[in-house]
Order: sequence, then C-alpha cells, then structure tokens
Amino acid sequence: MIPAQFDYLRPTSLREASEALAADEDAKVLAGGQSLLPLLRLRLSFPSLLVDVSRIEELAGIRDEGEHVFIGATATHDEVMRSAVVTSGCPLVAMAVATVADPAVRHRGTFGGSLAHADPAGDLPAVALALECVLVTSSREIPAADFFLDYLETALEPGEILVGVRVPKLGPGWGFHYEKFHRTAQAWAIVGVAAAVRRSNGSIQEARIGLTNMGPTPLRAGATEAALRGAELGDAVAQACAAAAEGTSPTADLHAQPDYRRHLAQVLTRRAVLAATGAP
Amino acid sequence: MTEELDAGLVAEQVAESGQLSEPADGREVGRARRRKEDARLLTGRTQWTDNIQLPGMLYVVFKRSPMAHARITGVDVSAAKDMPGVVAVFSGQDFAGEQGSLPCAWPVSEDVVIPDHPPMAVETVRYPGEAVACVVAIDRYLAADALDAIDVDYEPLPAVMDMRQALTDAGPKVHEAGNKAFTWTFAQGDMEAALRDAPVLVERTYVQQRLIPSAMEPRAVVATTDGDGFTLWTATQVPHVLRVMLALTTGVPEHKLRVIAPDVGGGFGSKLQVTAEEVLCLLLTRKLGKPVKWTESRSEGNLTVHHGRDQIQHVTLAAESDGRIRGVKVELLADMGAYLMLVTPGVPLLGAFMYNGIYKMDAYSFDCTGVFTTKMPTDAYRGAGRPEATYAIERVMDELAAELGLDPIEVRRRNWIRHEEFPYTTIAGLTYDSGNYEAATEKALALFGYDKLRAEQADRRDRGDPVQLGIGVSTYTEMCGLAPSRVLGSLSYGAGGWEHGSVRMLPTGKVEVVTGTSPHGQGHETAWSQIVADSLGVPFEDVAVMHGDTAISHKGMDTYGSRSLVVGGMAVLKACEKVKEKARRLAAHALECSPDDLEFTRGAFTVKGTTSSKTIQELALAAFAAHDLPDGLEPRLDADATFDPENFSFPHGTHLCAVEVDTETGLTKIRKYVAVDDVGHVVNPLIVEGQVHGGLAQGIAQALFEEAVHDADGNLLTATMADYLVPSAADLPDFVTDRTETPATSNPLGVKGVGEAGTIASTPAVVNAVVDALRPRGVHDIQMPCTPERIWRAIR
Repeated sequence: MIPAQFDYLRPTSLREASEALAADEDAKVLAGGQSLLPLLRLRLSFPSLLVDVSRIEELAGIRDEGEHVFIGATATHDEVMRSAVVTSGCPLVAMAVATVADPAVRHRGTFGGSLAHADPAGDLPAVALALECVLVTSSREIPAADFFLDYLETALEPGEILVGVRVPKLGPGWGFHYEKFHRTAQAWAIVGVAAAVRRSNGSIQEARIGLTNMGPTPLRAGATEAALRGAELGDAVAQACAAAAEGTSPTADLHAQPDYRRHLAQVLTRRAVLAATGAP
Repeated sequence: MTEELDAGLVAEQVAESGQLSEPADGREVGRARRRKEDARLLTGRTQWTDNIQLPGMLYVVFKRSPMAHARITGVDVSAAKDMPGVVAVFSGQDFAGEQGSLPCAWPVSEDVVIPDHPPMAVETVRYPGEAVACVVAIDRYLAADALDAIDVDYEPLPAVMDMRQALTDAGPKVHEAGNKAFTWTFAQGDMEAALRDAPVLVERTYVQQRLIPSAMEPRAVVATTDGDGFTLWTATQVPHVLRVMLALTTGVPEHKLRVIAPDVGGGFGSKLQVTAEEVLCLLLTRKLGKPVKWTESRSEGNLTVHHGRDQIQHVTLAAESDGRIRGVKVELLADMGAYLMLVTPGVPLLGAFMYNGIYKMDAYSFDCTGVFTTKMPTDAYRGAGRPEATYAIERVMDELAAELGLDPIEVRRRNWIRHEEFPYTTIAGLTYDSGNYEAATEKALALFGYDKLRAEQADRRDRGDPVQLGIGVSTYTEMCGLAPSRVLGSLSYGAGGWEHGSVRMLPTGKVEVVTGTSPHGQGHETAWSQIVADSLGVPFEDVAVMHGDTAISHKGMDTYGSRSLVVGGMAVLKACEKVKEKARRLAAHALECSPDDLEFTRGAFTVKGTTSSKTIQELALAAFAAHDLPDGLEPRLDADATFDPENFSFPHGTHLCAVEVDTETGLTKIRKYVAVDDVGHVVNPLIVEGQVHGGLAQGIAQALFEEAVHDADGNLLTATMADYLVPSAADLPDFVTDRTETPATSNPLGVKGVGEAGTIASTPAVVNAVVDALRPRGVHDIQMPCTPERIWRAIR
C-alpha cells in the first residue's frame, strides 16, 4: 500500500522535538519505523506529522552507568544485541533482542521504539517489565510497571518523548532466559516468557517473570513468581509454573486461541525458569 | 562483488554434497555454471517492469471491493476527479462496452460453465479485492489518496465459502447458473470389483488448503501507445499467450500489440494468467493516449493474485492383505473461486493422471467437480494439480502401511513399477518412459540413515520422550514437459505445447539465441548457452539468449509446467543442428569436398584424414559476406526450429523427512531432509540444485506454514505477510540432495524438467513424518498446515 501524505520533521534537539509533538496532536514519533511504517502503508494510521528522532543525540547510545545499563531510545536492536555493555550487564536483554524479527528489521528497529509502540506481541516490553526497568522520558522517569497501559497504549503524554531505558544489572546468583514461541523466525511471538531467577543452595530465592502476548499489555506471572519463592528445583518448579497463565487474558488470532496460549504460557514458563536456573 | 561470492559459496556447497561432476571432456552441458543473469537480477539493476519510466507516464491504482459478494448499487467518482493530480477516474460502467471477459483457455468438459468475467466489476462483485474503480493520476501517491474519495454503494449478498454447502440447491449462488462449474470423470479397470473384493479398504479425506503464491516481484504493468500500436510490459510468465488473449479480449489487433516480459522476479504459476489489471491498463492507455503504470502492493497481491490448491480429496484405496493395491478411487471437489481464469478448471485435471503415482493397480477412477465460491479464482501454482494428487496417494500409502503394520517403504516397494518394466503404461493411461524407483530409494535410505533413525524413534517412544520423532517418505513422480500438442487438444486445452527456438551466428562468430520460453528466474540464459556452446562448439561466453518480447521472439508458448528445458531447450538444440547442417554445406563448398567427408569437432569442420578445416566462426563470416555460397544456400548461418514432444517427461525420486514434534507445544521441527531426485540428464547441476531447494521450501511451506484464511463473510484474513506465513531460510533445515540419472527417452537431451519436483515431493514427506510421530497417540491425520496449535489439539 501507499501511505497518505504527512509532514516530516527531523529535529536535532529533544526540546525541538517535544515542541513539535506538543503543537500537533496528530503528530507521531518516527524512530526506526519498523512498526509505524507498515501502519502508514496499510493506511491504518494517518499522522499529520512525523517527528524523526533519529538525529537527537540524547536518545542515542548505550552506556554502563554502574548499577544499571542505560540504553538510548534510538539504539537499534542490532546495536543492543552486540553491545558488550548489554551482554555483560543485562544479558537477558541481549538474548531477547536477538529474537526480534530478522536482521533487516533489527538494523532499523530501535529499542525505545519497541517499548513506546507497546505491542504486547513484541518481545521487549515483557523483558522490561521482568527486569523492572525504568523508562526515562523527556520530562520524567516511569517504572516499567506503570508504563504499559493497554494495547499499543503507554503512559507517555502528548509531547513526551522516550529518551532511554535504565536496565538494572542483576547481581551474582541470577540466571536468566527468554523463551519465545513463534511459527517462523520473523514472526511475532505467539507467547514469550522472560525469566530472571536468583538461586542459592539448590532452591529459588526470587523469580521475575514477564509474559509476552498474554494480554493487551505485557504481564508479570505473579502467581508463579510467588510460588517459586523458596521452591526446590524439580517438581515444585513445574507446579509453580502451572500458575503462569493466572490473571492473563490472551487474545485469539490466526495462530492461537486463548486456551492454547494459556497452555503455552505454562510450558514455556517452566522451560524459561529451568533454563534460567541452569538446569539441564 | 558480493553476489559472486555468494554464488561461489553455493557452488562450493554443491561440490561438497558430492554431485558436482564436471564433465571431463570440456563439455558445457553438465557443468555447474554460475548463472549469467544473476548479477543483474540480484542487484536489481535491470528492467523490472516497475523500473520502466516513460515520458508523461500516469499511475493507476485500483479501488477494490471490501466485500466478498455484493451488488454494486452506485459508484460516485466525482469527488475523486477533483483531487490534486488526478487525470481520470473510471468505474466498471465506463469499461462495460470494451473490456470483454477475462479468458478461460481450458473449457474442460461439455458441461463447463464459463461465466462472463469483466476485468472491472460492473454490477456485482464476487470476491474480496475485485476491482470496482480506478484512479489515474500524475503520481502513485496522489492516485492512492484519491481512491478514498470514491464512493461505492454496495448491497451485500451472502458469501459462498464452503464447497459442499455451495453444491446444495438451497444456498446462495455465486452465478445465476449455480455453483457447479463442471464435472470431469475418468475411469479405468473394474473399480466396483476392487472395492467389493479387496480385504483392505483405506478411506481418507484430505484438504488441500488454499495457498497464495508469493513471487518476490509483485505484479506490475506498463502500457503505452503511439496512437496506432500498443506496447505492454508486464511481469508475466506468458508474453506470447497473453498477446493472443489480449487481442481477443480487447479487440486491439494482434499485429498492433507488442507484449514484453522484461526481467520477471518469480511466478510459480501466478504469472501464468491474463489478469484484469493487464487488460485494464491496455484499455486505459487506449482511452487516455498516455503511458500508464500499475504496480501492486503486497497486500493487494495477496488478495488478487490468483490463488492455488483449495481442493477436498476423498480417496479410497483398495488393497490385498499383503499390501498390493487393487484400486484407487478419487472424488474431488475443486474450488474455482468466483470465475474460471486462464487454466483454472484444468488444474485438477493435471492431477487426474497422477493419483496412481508410481504404483501398479487394476482399477482407478477419478471424479471431479469444480465449484464456484466467492473467493479469488484459483489457478496454476507450482505443480498445479500434481502436488495435490501426489499428496493424496503418498499420504494414503502411509495409511495403508499403518493399517497392515508394514514399513511404509516396504508397502511402496510391493507396488511400484520395477525398473525393468519401463516403458510402462499406467492405469491412468500415461506411458512412463523411464525410471528407476529402486535406485533412488536405495540412495535416499542410505543418505538418510533410515534404520538408525527408526531405532531412535522406537527409543523415544519407549521413553515417553516429550519430543517424538517421525519419519516420512514420498516416492513421487510427476508429469512435466508440457506438453504434446495432440494430448492438450484431446483434453480441450486451447493451445498446443510445442516450443520455438532460433539460433543465429553473427558475422563476428558470436551467437544470438531467441527462445519462445519466458524465464522468470529459472536461468534459461545460462542453460541455453551451455547447450548451444556444446552443439556449435563455441565458447559459452559467446552466446546471448533473448526472450520474452513478442517483437523479438516471434513465436513461443512460454514458461510453466517444467517445460522450458524439455521442450524449449530441445527447440534450441534442433535449431543448432540446422545451423550446423548449413555450416557443413558451406564448409564442404569452401574445402571442396563432400559434406560427408567432414568431421565436426570443437567448432570446426575438418576434412577427414587431413588438417584442412574451417571454423564455424569463419563460416559465419563467409555466410554473411555471401561472396561464394553454394547454389541454393541463403546468406547467414541461422535457423528456426520448433519442438513438439511426443510424450510428457516423468521426473521421479524419493524424499525422506525426519521431524521432531514437541508434544508439549505442538511445534514441528524438521530434523533431517533427504531428497534424491531423478530429473534425467542435467544441463547445469547448480540450477537443478537451486530449483530443488526452492521447490522444497514451497512444498514444506504448504505442509507446515502457509494457508489463506477467510472469515465467514468471505474476508481474507491473511492479506499481509504477518498473517500469511511464508517461511524463510531460517525456518528450513539443511537439505541433503542427490540424484540418480535415468534419462528421459522422449527427447534427445534425455532431460525431464525440475521446476516443480521439490514442491510436489516434499509436502507429503513432511506430513507423513508429522503423522508418523503422532501415530502411537491415535493420530491418522493433521490438516495442513500442521500448525503447533492443530497438533496440540490433536494429542492433548
């Protein structure tokens, strides 16, 4: 398809971008364009103005900031997955990003764009939620738990721009895994599970589990997390993971009905948790 | 250059797989030549239709029906006409007097109903995406903007989606004459006795889901006129057929119409068509006197490129208790969609002669009903009828094996035609000229490690491993090299199956070849050059191959049905022989000897027993100068030839697939895939390898991934690639490929064609493997595509 007409602005400062967005309620932020452009081409979205944030310096780059890793909103997926800061400081992020779509998309698509687009089938929102990231915007800091409000809807206000994401580094004793289930390599996750697990002495001390595509927003598998606290490895893990779909409201689409998604969430959570604990 | 590196890598891999046998005697045929055409195709620095720009060009976009079935009660184009950049807006009514009806060239039976098929809907739309209006503007974006300003009023009519329901009298009708398009039957032998007497009956119903062809290059058309004649560039497989059909449809005189298929990026049958957009672009340039261009978007293509497959097959196999087949009975419903397009009703017929596969039996019957529904018409898609037939027989052979507790290979062995029995006339009436199923199967079993994998399967079953192993086989054959003209005539097809080739030596000794086939990715320029180089003894680099332009290639039957090499390559070879004969006469004249005293080797005629000789290049110059020609010899070394095959060709082979099915999630992963194909003599192993790989990808795609899905109202839900899953390399295993080489006897090259074999063979091999993995859980079938959810539901 062919997009409808729009105006285009490529500011070099965050302030200029914010002002442009605030002045036009039909304006949209353009980063890598991997989600937005298909919507435009299918004429499902008709923004009057695209504000291209790719030249704004504050949004770029990946930095080690001690207790956490800062990933600039316009860092591409490819930059993120290859960054030594990410692979050593928050390897779960690198692992999940490597599963996003295909190499062409990963070279264009951005980390911040994925989060701001807030597609629950995207891999990164669940990871941000599980890792309890903080989303830094042009005006404030928003914990991931407060960021995703509904399907394709975030806490970002008009004119507010996502600058980057603060990913807490996990200390010693933590293991991690991202388990993605999809039909073809470039397809969205039917269900995905991001797990970070802290172990000591053969039992699980703490687990953080984010679910991809199990509702209109990414979700934490709260019941499973609670049941895993103190659980010995083995049957107890499987039992705890049987609760993974509690409180979820997965959608029906061509690839899966809700009951199948709930089933997958249980299986994949068990696999993700076991993999995170380093179990064979 | 990167593309050369990549081609080199492929060549290395082919070499590693052990089948790159460079001909020892310096011959070109048999050599794994990298393709001449690849540099320009891979970089896109070529004349794809969409790259063509003409002065004053206008851009066309189509307004398409959002409904599957509706009466058009009004089309208001007035607002659209006022939009910026818009030159003209037309609805179906504006074309009503001149647009004719899109042709069906294959009226398969006496009772066939061929409804009028207006290129642009006038009164009624019958499938989603049918064109109802168009905008012509000075740029494509402005044209698309104006589409939204066209106001179409529809009165919805009920969608007709289900073939069985469509055939009942009660329901809604697609056309006034009803929903039955045709019936076609074939019967040989005493089926009644077979069904009555055989101790074993296996009865199954298989659904060939509807597929959407996904050529890399979307369709595109450019049409222009100089006020008298017309030129149409289009991404087509069939420029020659199209020219005839456009002339008949639009009344543009055939001699005033030139059709050009420039480089075309894939077709798989989807560009074997006379499309609404081609007709309408021609009419638009006639109306407006300006060049026009239309390029489809991918989602427009998913809606309105003709679809493939979509059949329901009810198969009954009667057998003795030792597994020998008595008979096969096939009752087929074939979804035509809303109209009969170029060869729509012929597709199931191409399968009608293949349901017996490679097996001997006493009786066979085939009963097909074509059904109209409110969906995009179906038509040829890679394999066209043969994949469907092969799937049914190869699936049901596995069911027979399971029923009798026999190994699926053993059941096949007990039934197949033995190599010493060729030529063999099958129960379906075809004469298979050659084949060696034993050799291909033995080779495949060895490469696959069959016994070891069976042992692992047993072990996983015993252990109750959540990941189960399944093994599937497909011992396929197919008919290709379409086709003997007399056979096509006997099946009511509108044209012949011959092919044309022209070979001309230029004064400087270089060679121009014109082929009537129309490549769209196959590599004809390379393969034809290899054939010509060997025949004329000229360097491979000295041959240029032209194609696809009706002003250059003045006759031809184009490319489909794995026919190009078998029929078109043969025509080129025949033309070479004629050129050589002429050169021999000229050489004899120049060397003052009898033509019979000349030997032709390495491009030169030598008087036997002497060193006195003339090269073919010298003779080409002499024939050009024409200063001293023998009586009756016309200037220039050139010749035309046509070839009409006496029989189809019958590639065959054995494919083996091992899958791992995760019984917790339902996910299928292909663990190992072995393809041993017998395509006869091979002109270029690298091209054959590429065709097999691409074919496997498409066949596996039907087994595991692709399916066109509509909702109950007839809307297509898989209009984008996010929903219609075309697999990529990342979703496919490494393929182990090898060949046996039993030459075809029906053409002097001994070639059989390889364009469709991979697709035909692989779908049943994969599904047989999936079912084999799940059989201990009582599963006898999984409907294609075997999605994780379907598998999970089947076993939970």
